[in-house]
Amino acid sequence: MPTKPAGTLYRGREGMWSWVGHRITGVVIFFFLLVHVLDTSLVRVSPEAYTAVIGAYKNPLMALGETGLVAAIVFHAFNGLRIIAVDFWKKGAKYQRQMLWTVLALWVVVMVGFSIRHLSLALGGH
Amino acid sequence: MTATIDSPRSGKNSSGKISPQYRRTGASRGNFEMLAWLFMRLSGVVLVVLIFGHLFVNLLVGEGIKAIDFGFVAGKWADPFWQVWDLAMLWLAMLHGTNGVRTIINDYAEKDSTRLWLKIVLYAATTVIIVLGTLVIFTFNPCPVVDGVPLPGGFCPS
Repeated sequence: MPTKPAGTLYRGREGMWSWVGHRITGVVIFFFLLVHVLDTSLVRVSPEAYTAVIGAYKNPLMALGETGLVAAIVFHAFNGLRIIAVDFWKKGAKYQRQMLWTVLALWVVVMVGFSIRHLSLALGGH
Repeated sequence: MTATIDSPRSGKNSSGKISPQYRRTGASRGNFEMLAWLFMRLSGVVLVVLIFGHLFVNLLVGEGIKAIDFGFVAGKWADPFWQVWDLAMLWLAMLHGTNGVRTIINDYAEKDSTRLWLKIVLYAATTVIIVLGTLVIFTFNPCPVVDGVPLPGGFCPS
């Protein structure tokens, strides 16, 4: 009786995990977008209502949450461009693995830069 | 001597047409799914530019998130450039996200009635958010007045 499925090109490998990551980050971004349109809409209620609610985004816990959200957006954006390359570039499918590692490397670089800037602005007491 | 068997999808069978069981598009759905697939890629590229620009201007320039308040929004929407930017971002992101969630519902909800209800809720939420966001962008007033009295925090011409 086989205990493990035979290896495939997709299952359990880069292709599958990038798909899982794309789905999860997509859902997270979508639900934030619903909330974000609602909170921005408070500018039509009153200036004070908007400024009060947006003030909730300006505490240390939310600063970490925003960093996580931006991490999701940046992965979804770069991996989305990779999907487009897989679909439209002649050699896209052949290099999809290398492109995923490029996506992850760029993601790390962008997120290190973003985190330093955003967290020092959001948490800094200047 | 060898017999020649035409490929079933070659259009070369006896009728001269592709047999119905090999046709990939049904009459009812048209090419909606292909257009949705294409839309995800086109809107995705535009959204990368729009959202990265949005994040850069709102979070990384100047005081970052600490500078965001009613006056910040008023300052941006005084400029038609940012109104159009935010409107495009709202519509493209909502339609892109809605189509993504529609795909996920189709993948995981097995019962017909469950899929139907989840999609009704999804499309209702999408409609409300797009209409609300569009109205907010176009009816924004930097100097809101209630009963003849300007609300505190507004930006009124002196």
